[in-house]
Amino acid sequence: MTEVTAASPISTDPSRRARLAEFWYYFSENRGAVIGLFFFLFLVVLALCAPLVAPHDPTVQFREAVLLPPFWQEGGRLEFLLGTDAVGRDMLSRLIYGTRFSLFVGVIVTTLSLSSGILLGVIAGYFRGWVDTVIMRMMDIILAFPSLLLALVLVAVLGPGLTNAMIAIALVFQPHFVRLTRAAVMTEKTRDYVVAAKVAGAGHLRLMFRTILPNCMAPLIVQATLSFSSAILDAAALGFLGMGAQPPTPEWGTMLAEAREFILRAWWVVTLPGLAILLTVLAINLLGDGLRDALDPKLKRS
Amino acid sequence: MTHVLEARSLVRDYHIPGSLFRKARTVHALKGVSFAVDEGKTLAIVGESGCGKSTLGRIITLIDPATAGELLIDGRKVDIAREGLTSEMRRKVQIVFQNPYGSLNPRQKIGDILAEPLVINTKVPAGERRDRAMTMLKKVGLEEKHYNRYPHMFSGGQRQRIAIARALMLNPKLLVLDEPVSALDLSVQAQVLNLLADLQDEFKLTYVFISHDLSVVRYIADDVMVMYYGEAVEYGSRDEVFSNPQHSYTKTLFAATPRADVASIKARLARKNAA
Repeated sequence: MTEVTAASPISTDPSRRARLAEFWYYFSENRGAVIGLFFFLFLVVLALCAPLVAPHDPTVQFREAVLLPPFWQEGGRLEFLLGTDAVGRDMLSRLIYGTRFSLFVGVIVTTLSLSSGILLGVIAGYFRGWVDTVIMRMMDIILAFPSLLLALVLVAVLGPGLTNAMIAIALVFQPHFVRLTRAAVMTEKTRDYVVAAKVAGAGHLRLMFRTILPNCMAPLIVQATLSFSSAILDAAALGFLGMGAQPPTPEWGTMLAEAREFILRAWWVVTLPGLAILLTVLAINLLGDGLRDALDPKLKRS
Repeated sequence: MTHVLEARSLVRDYHIPGSLFRKARTVHALKGVSFAVDEGKTLAIVGESGCGKSTLGRIITLIDPATAGELLIDGRKVDIAREGLTSEMRRKVQIVFQNPYGSLNPRQKIGDILAEPLVINTKVPAGERRDRAMTMLKKVGLEEKHYNRYPHMFSGGQRQRIAIARALMLNPKLLVLDEPVSALDLSVQAQVLNLLADLQDEFKLTYVFISHDLSVVRYIADDVMVMYYGEAVEYGSRDEVFSNPQHSYTKTLFAATPRADVASIKARLARKNAA
């Protein structure tokens, strides 16, 4: 057959490994994304191994070492590398344990809002009509409020605490996923392969989740990474306002809130948690940007 | 003998809802089309863009319901708007689309694409599904090694073969071909048309061949129906229609076909010199 030679010149190897290699090729062209990825992996390892890495228990108070500066400053001790806070807890240990909470918040919020958003979005985009109208107007209502304000109200209703804060943030983020999914489903739905599956006898559920949804995943993956970082930021904001994680939980936002009064006397108790939030969010944003570029076929320069 | 497919004055209207600045209106895409096809025969439906060819194709394939009229498949009346559709009826009619680049799910491997109709409609075990998909793959001129590949690794002609294979997986009696070769280049067109002819003999298939390409139609059709603005202006056997077109639109259509034989080129040059 003469057509065989005319097959796609880019890659004829069907294996997952080859596709992964291709993905990595495009992803690694973006240096910021690679740095973000490695920093993120570093955070994950840190969170997993927190008890092994942290020099002290994050909640133990050393009464003889209150508000010690980091070790390189006058009066700092090597025992407490990044100093201690107002009640004598080791900053480094608290930051390391704080990684756990931040990543936990990110994972849970993203999973919650992603799964519920995809479900609603696919239903709205697939069935259209009044179902679509009802779902989308509800999402518009959620979107009409400033996100942090709505989260604050929800937490005020549900009661303060990390779990409720996560639920509130997930609810606030959900409309973005719904809209994104709906738009993607609407474009894919009219494609011939969907009609072909319909002619083959596929039912609604199969069409929605087996045929259409896998073809809508690229923008969703990117939005998920981006909302991962926003979730951490919002959780920190809620913690700072006293509505998120409650003391003595070593959550970064809560740590910031506790340290507020020492902002002039002891810079490290405020700066270090803030820096941790900044770096984490920056790394994940870079990662998300890189993913978007690598997954978008239009940006592929071959 | 009953016809495999019979249509009695099919009508399809599209209602375009009005908005603030526009009145609601109705587009008559099909204005009462009747025809019948016997087993193993090919009916070609010809016409310009927007004349209702594809609408008719979608009605025959049971994707969209007709607004009025009767559709009989294998002598049984089908009305999907009122009664829904049994999987038995579904299996009798399949379709091959025009655009081979959009009709295959880019996230599915060829093997899964071919096996999907069996998964949905039958209780065939996985091993047999695989065997049947392999057999069909070879029937349409592809090889076993293509089984685990993704659609983007194939050329247009190969994809159209895959689409044909998928349509045949359920052993349909009737295959609707919606301009199956118009997106392919000429040499590949010939290959796919020959494949279709071979498959028709082998499986006793009935084709409804939608096309705007008269040379293709002359090659493959038994009967020809010419459509113009939702109406069947000409309907008869291929030889009748081609040798003695009745309607003025059909005559225009035939006259518009480019001719490349020596006599017609000489005639054209003579006309040009005379002018």
